[in-house]
Amino acid sequence: MLSFVYTIVRREIVLATRRRGDWLTAQFFFVIVASLFPLGIGAEPETLRAIGPGVVWVAALLAALLSLDRLFADDHRDGALEQLMLAPYPHALLAFGKALAHWIVSGLPLIVIAPVLGLQFDLPPAALLALVASLALGTPVLSLLGSIGAALTLGLRGGGVLLALLILPFYVPVLIFGTGAIGGVLAGTGAEANLSLLGALLALTLLLAPWACAQALNVSLE
Amino acid sequence: MNLNRYASPSIFYPLAGRLVPVFAALAAALAAAGLYIGFFVAPTDFQQGEGYRIIFIHVPAAWMSMFIYLVMAFWSAIGLAWNTRLSFMMTRALAPTGALFTFLALWTGAFWGKPMWGAWWVWDARLTSELILLFLYMGYMALQAAIDDPRRADRAGALLNLVGVVNVPIIYFSVVWWNTLHQGASVSLTRAPSMAQTMLWGMLVMALAAWFYTLAVAFARVRTLILAREQRAQWVRQMEHEA
Amino acid sequence: MPSASRAESVPVLVAAGLACERGERRLFEDLDFELSAGEALLVVGGNGHGKTSLLRILSGLSLPAAGEVRWRGAPIRAVREDYGRALAWLGHADGIKADLTPLENLRFAAALRGRALDDAAAHRALDRVALARCAELPARVLSFGQRRRVALAALTLADARLWILDEPLAGLDAQGVDMVQALLDAHLAGGGLAVVTTHQRLALGACVPRTLRVGAC
Repeated sequence: MLSFVYTIVRREIVLATRRRGDWLTAQFFFVIVASLFPLGIGAEPETLRAIGPGVVWVAALLAALLSLDRLFADDHRDGALEQLMLAPYPHALLAFGKALAHWIVSGLPLIVIAPVLGLQFDLPPAALLALVASLALGTPVLSLLGSIGAALTLGLRGGGVLLALLILPFYVPVLIFGTGAIGGVLAGTGAEANLSLLGALLALTLLLAPWACAQALNVSLE
Repeated sequence: MNLNRYASPSIFYPLAGRLVPVFAALAAALAAAGLYIGFFVAPTDFQQGEGYRIIFIHVPAAWMSMFIYLVMAFWSAIGLAWNTRLSFMMTRALAPTGALFTFLALWTGAFWGKPMWGAWWVWDARLTSELILLFLYMGYMALQAAIDDPRRADRAGALLNLVGVVNVPIIYFSVVWWNTLHQGASVSLTRAPSMAQTMLWGMLVMALAAWFYTLAVAFARVRTLILAREQRAQWVRQMEHEA
Repeated sequence: MPSASRAESVPVLVAAGLACERGERRLFEDLDFELSAGEALLVVGGNGHGKTSLLRILSGLSLPAAGEVRWRGAPIRAVREDYGRALAWLGHADGIKADLTPLENLRFAAALRGRALDDAAAHRALDRVALARCAELPARVLSFGQRRRVALAALTLADARLWILDEPLAGLDAQGVDMVQALLDAHLAGGGLAVVTTHQRLALGACVPRTLRVGAC
C-alpha cells in the first residue's frame, strides 16, 4: 500500500524534474503575481502590511491552480492513467499519491519562497513564521481539493478555466484561515485559533478528498 | 415499492405534465396573495420606511437559494447510490432556478442595502456566503455544459454537489469567522428590529409561492430533459405517433 | 491427466448479458462469452461498433449498462485488486511516458503493479522486443511503433494471466506483428487468456482464437 503511494510520488517527481521548465513557470507566476500588487496599490509600508498576507495567499491559490489541470491530464493523454487505474490498489491511494506529489512539487516550493515575498510586504518575523505555518497547513488542502476538480474536468474543453471556476469557491476557507493566522499575529491576538482551524480542515480533507477524487476519476474515465 | 414506479421517466413524464399547470397556478395565486400582504397589509416600518418591503422578495429568494442547493445534493446522493436517471435529471433541472434565486437574493440585497447602509454591497457574512453559493451554482452549470456525455455529466455533477454540500457549512463558518475578525457590517436583513406578524406571514406566503414556482419550472425542465434523452425509447415514439 | 483437463474446461473469464451505451445509443446488448485457460478471444466489428468499449468494460475501466464480468466466478468489481494483478491492459494509447527512458518506463510499470524488477530482466524484455539499443534513450525520441514495443515489453513483464489488448498490431511493422503473435502464442501456451481486437489478420500457432462480433445492434 505505502509502496504504491511512494511509487506514484517518486514517478511524479521524476517526471517533474524532466520538465523543469513547466515547474519553474508556476513558481515564477507566484512571485510575479505577488509583486504586481504593490505596483497597483502603492508602496506605503502600512498598506503593504495590511494587504501582504492576503496577496501572498491569493497568489498561492492561483499558483496551485496553475499546475493542477495537468495533474491527471498528461497521464490521461498518453494512456498511463488507465494503467494507474488498473493497478491492483485502491483508487483512493492513487488519488492520495497524486495529490501528495502535487503538493511536494508545487506546494513545498511556495512555502520556501513565501517568506521572501513576505519581506517585500514589510511583514515582521513573527508574521513571516505564521505565514510559513499557515502555508504548510493550507497548501496540502489546496492540492487535495484541487485533485477532485482536476479529476472532474479531465479531458474537457476549457478544462483549466473550468477547474478554476469549480475549485476556487472551495478554497475560500483556506484563504480565510490562512490570512487570519497572519492577521492574528499582526493584531497581537496570535495565530493559534486560525492554525487549529486550518489543521482541522486539513484532517477532514485528508479523510474525504482522496475518496471523492477516486470517484471522480472513475466517472471521468468511463 | 410503489414510489419506485415514479422513478421511471415514462411514468413521471405524463404525471409531471399534469402537475406543472397546477403548481404554476398555485405559484401565481400565492405570489399575488403574498405581494398583496407585502404591499398593502403589512404596516410601514417605523425605522426603515417603505424600502423594507423588498424583504418579501429578498428573504424567500435567499431561503430558496439555500434550500434548492440542499435538494440538489439530496437527489445527487440518491442518483449516485441507486443509479436512478430521474434523480440526476431533477438535480440538473433545479440548478438554473437555484442560481436565479441566489442572484435575486443578491440583487434585492443590494437594492435594500443602498438606502439602509448607503452602499450597494457590504461584505456582510450572509451576503458573502450567498455570493459564494452563486459561484457554486455557476460551477455546477458550467461543468454540466462542458460535458457532452449525459451519463458522465450526471455523475460528475452529482459528485460536485456532494463535495459542495460538505463544504458549504465550512465556507459559511469561515465567512462568519472572517466577518467577526474584520468587524464588517453586522446588520442583517432578517434581523429587522420589529418583525410584525403580518410581515412574517407575507414572507411565508411568498416563500410558498417561490416553492411552487420552483416545482413547476423544475418539472417542466425535467420533461424536456426526459424527451431529449429518451427520444429513442419506445414510449416516446409511441407518444409522437399518437400526437 | 483428468484434473488438468477439468481445470482447463472451467471458464475463468465470464461475460454475462453485457450491454453498453454510448451517449443515448445502445452499442450492443446481451453479449455473453466464456473464456478458459489457454484460450483467446478475437473481438471484431466495424469502427464505432463498441470493440474498445467492450474491452474497457472487461478491464473494469467502464461499467456496463447491464450485465457483469466475472473473474474466477466473482464479479470483477468485488475482486478488483486481485483482478488488477491478473490483468494486463494495452489500450489505444500505450501509456508510455515520453519523458522517461524505456528502462524507467518498465521499472515504474512493474512497481505500480507491486513487483520488483531487476535490471537484467528489464534488459531481457527489451531485447525480446528488439529495443536493447534504445534502453537508455528518452521514449520521446522513439517512433510510435518503438513505443508500442516498449508497451509490449511491459506486458511480458506484468506476469498477468489475462491480456486485454486493443489493436496491438496498430503501428507495428511486419517484424513487430510477428513478435506480437509469438508473444501471444507463448502466453496462451502457458495457460494465459487473451482478449484482442484487431483489424488485421492474427495468425496464432497452436490456438485458434474464438471470434466475437460486436455491434450492429
